[in-house]
Amino acid sequence: MSIQSNSQAGIQASDKPLGRDDLARLVARDIQPGSFVNLGIGQPTLVSNYLEPEQNITLHTENGMLGMGPEAAGDQIDGDLINAGKIPVTELPGASYFHHADSFAIMRGGHLDICVLGAFQVSARGDLANWHTGAPDAIPAVGGAMDLATGAKDVFVMMTLLTRDGVSKLVEACTYPLTGIGCVTRIYTDKAVFLTGLDGVQVRETFGCTLEELQAMVPVPLRAADPS
Amino acid sequence: MLNFIDTVGEAVAGIKNGSTVMIGGFGNAGQPFELIDALLDCGATDLTVVNNNAGQGDQGLALLIKEGRVKKMICSFPRQSDSWHFDAKFRAGEIELELVPQGNLAERIRAAGAGIGGFFTPTGYGTMLAEGKETRILDGRGQVFETPIHADVALIKALTADGRGNLVYRKTARNFGPIMAAAAKHTIVQVSEIVPTGGLDPEVIVTPGIYVNSIVRVAAAAGKTESVA
Repeated sequence: MSIQSNSQAGIQASDKPLGRDDLARLVARDIQPGSFVNLGIGQPTLVSNYLEPEQNITLHTENGMLGMGPEAAGDQIDGDLINAGKIPVTELPGASYFHHADSFAIMRGGHLDICVLGAFQVSARGDLANWHTGAPDAIPAVGGAMDLATGAKDVFVMMTLLTRDGVSKLVEACTYPLTGIGCVTRIYTDKAVFLTGLDGVQVRETFGCTLEELQAMVPVPLRAADPS
Repeated sequence: MLNFIDTVGEAVAGIKNGSTVMIGGFGNAGQPFELIDALLDCGATDLTVVNNNAGQGDQGLALLIKEGRVKKMICSFPRQSDSWHFDAKFRAGEIELELVPQGNLAERIRAAGAGIGGFFTPTGYGTMLAEGKETRILDGRGQVFETPIHADVALIKALTADGRGNLVYRKTARNFGPIMAAAAKHTIVQVSEIVPTGGLDPEVIVTPGIYVNSIVRVAAAAGKTESVA
């Protein structure tokens, strides 16, 4: 992957859409050194593969741990040491354990800097839908999704921009049941990075398309991000 | 009153039909399998069970549900790849589900043990899980009123108890143990090891013995580790 700086290539940062790993690498690069971060189940977990030791990131897992290390393998596997996805993991030096109410107080209390989540839909004002399709025969299960969406200082979403049917998941208003209101601050997709807020949706960079081509796929007004 | 009990069967013998039972554990970590098996054997039915999940595979809570002993589940994440017994009962209309966001579940349990009558939380505001609940705007944020979850009995698993019932846990198996121990009228704990009073450093005790009523030692089974899904 070659991601050029916006100033050199305008808003288009690569000549093709980003794959899942390239997107994870981009999210990892954007996490400020020293941050406390929760990575949701699924695609967001890939981000941990690209965090550099010098970033000094502390990972939180909501079942009760700070300082989570990589997935456990072989003799490291310990049934008492799992992540929120119930996958065996490892502990890093400086790790700590705490009970569930403390773990969610860490979230709800605004102590986590960033959480990265998957999504079915995100609205232009940052509403998130990621826990329930609303299908009549679906058995609902929410887990920590609503707590994560509500608690972290910044909520990043990672998703493909379009459904398999080519419909934009960035929408004017979510049609799936909501997880949280106005909580998402950034959306990382294969085709662009979006910044959401009360003043509309800004596009930080695009991958394999121009802003005009992107606008044709997305039903909400887009504008190039203000230079930061 | 603290009792050290010889068998898991005796430990759960007092659980009555219609009880609300909190069961610790997140996935298999911290799940008190032997106490749940004993609850299955003791025949208590019409139970309301509080747990993060609704049973996995063909063991523990899943079997309690399969046998029709649970009338209601209060949990955050019932649907998993191997929650087939819950799924079947739910689709047949034979089990009631109260779905609670995980942090609200934990805080409602904590509130019960701490004597809190209820609390406002931003989690769930504006979602279908807040429908019908009182809401307020506090500090500029929409918040939902949530009430404590009390229980008749808690079944939890810890690593070590001392002679006063003080407990320490192991890694992420701690999860709901400390808050459930405080929230239930009667807390039954299975531990791998019991040490004499004074054998645990007071600075590292996680659950003080005041929250604990019954302790039974269950030897850690060799090789009984979390299956990798």
